[in-house]
Amino acid sequence: MKEKKNVFKFAKYVLIYILLILFMMPFYLMVINSFKTTQQFVNNPFSLPKLEKVGFGNYISAFNKMNFLNAIRNSTIITLISVLLILLTASMAAYFLVRHKWKINKIIFATLIASMIVPFQAIMIPLVSIYGRLNLMNSKWILIFMYMGFGQGFAIFIFHGFIKNIPLEMEESALIDGCSKIQSFFQIVFPLLKPVLVTVLILDVLWIWNDYLLPSLVLLSPIERTLPLSTYSFFTTYSVDYAPLMAGIVLTIIPVLIVYLFSQKYIIEGVVQGAIK
Amino acid sequence: MNSKSKLLNNIGNFVIFIGPSLIAFSCVLLIPLIYGVYLTFTNYSPIKLTYEFVGFSNFQAVFTDKEFWQQFVKTLGYVFYSTIFCNVIAFLLAYLLTSNIKARGFLRAGFFTPNLIGGIVLGYIWKFIFANVFTKVGDALGYQPLMTSFLTHPDRAIIAMIIVTVWQYAGYLMIIYIAGFVGIPQEVQEASEIDGATGFKKLCSITIPLMVPSFIICFFIVISRGFMTYDLNLALTNGQPYGSTRLAAMHIYQKAFQANEYGIGQAEAIIFFATVAIVAVSQVLLTKKFEVEA
Repeated sequence: MKEKKNVFKFAKYVLIYILLILFMMPFYLMVINSFKTTQQFVNNPFSLPKLEKVGFGNYISAFNKMNFLNAIRNSTIITLISVLLILLTASMAAYFLVRHKWKINKIIFATLIASMIVPFQAIMIPLVSIYGRLNLMNSKWILIFMYMGFGQGFAIFIFHGFIKNIPLEMEESALIDGCSKIQSFFQIVFPLLKPVLVTVLILDVLWIWNDYLLPSLVLLSPIERTLPLSTYSFFTTYSVDYAPLMAGIVLTIIPVLIVYLFSQKYIIEGVVQGAIK
Repeated sequence: MNSKSKLLNNIGNFVIFIGPSLIAFSCVLLIPLIYGVYLTFTNYSPIKLTYEFVGFSNFQAVFTDKEFWQQFVKTLGYVFYSTIFCNVIAFLLAYLLTSNIKARGFLRAGFFTPNLIGGIVLGYIWKFIFANVFTKVGDALGYQPLMTSFLTHPDRAIIAMIIVTVWQYAGYLMIIYIAGFVGIPQEVQEASEIDGATGFKKLCSITIPLMVPSFIICFFIVISRGFMTYDLNLALTNGQPYGSTRLAAMHIYQKAFQANEYGIGQAEAIIFFATVAIVAVSQVLLTKKFEVEA
């Protein structure tokens, strides 16, 4: 009996590590092939690179052609400002919607929740049509404003669920002490929101950082490109020479992996919380 | 405070607290959605100066567009198979990872990694894998179907899409299933073991019924994201070969921004929206029927 159990346990380990290797294989292949010439890569994608031959050559060429620093700067600005605006405005709105059960507030809340099921494709054409005709395209700030709008539904939903369970007493005593509504929100409620703020922050950062379609419609000039846009244009322009493209992919992934390495626990926890609510 | 100034105060607070949210939400979601419905009744095109009302002719054009419906059916198939395989693999992973196993945190983090990366980059990674790696493996093994790239074959290219989708989402769903496994009360598990339910029997009669909420969420995630898949489609196959992998989202994009048919494109988008809503909601209602209390 015990032996049978051990065999079973061993099989389980074998199975899970085989799966893990399969899952990780694409990353591993990317990295080793990014140090090869296209010829070496096509001949044998599994061999280890001979560093003295290519070295970081592919990386330097990808870095320059992708205008990497500019792209990562655009991505960072857009992601950070959008997410901060979503966190601030959505938490305030959710708070007000919870604390004032007016009819209009109920309608607003229901509309926000219902909006979460609308696929982007249903908005895309009128969005381009309206903002294009108003001549508002091709600006980071318009894109940030759009993310702020698209982020409201989910963020308010999460904050609403959390704020519902915060007791009123503390705010009431603060209001009696002469605090305004704004003060009592920022001094009492906002700090309590920390766990859900982290959840929304993580999910929205992953969404905006990796988003391609919306920025591709809004940001038309190369100088405004975010990282996914510059990866795409790099590929469509230089698709003959494979090796630098590998390096380009690795470059795009590295910043995300570094952040993941340090905040892995929060990210996974955030995803779970965001999904089960 | 008299009632009038209280009202003013309330309105002031309403504007401050909800105003920014509401303005952004209305400007980018609500107004475009309504304007989009209006667009479907016009022949608006960004390359023409004027446009007029055309009644239901855009919808008529969509209903008689054979290509659109072919791709629509293809999208349904893609979503269906992605949902099944993502969930089966994610459930298996979660099952293995919640059993008594070492280095759980490390394994969990590993399987989750593909989720951090956007569809464009994932598509390009796998383009190389299918074109250069799988073909080499096929040559080495002498296995015919692997020798040519999946991406050049009209029937297999959609399988390639499903494989990458599973790779991307399995780790994500896995952590939701793990939360579901962990959430099953200890007493129920022990009681079932005392009653003689072990292994597979326990899984079927205790674990799975109690995890219905996790199934609802996980199915919903793949279904709603599957329908919207665009980035991955663009980078991996770009609809090729011969338009065999052009999914509905890509079709709408091309109709609007390459053929400049905003009215028809939007009519397709509205039909698409209705389908996503119907499939997603009926999935939730259907699965909810299986829900039990611990």
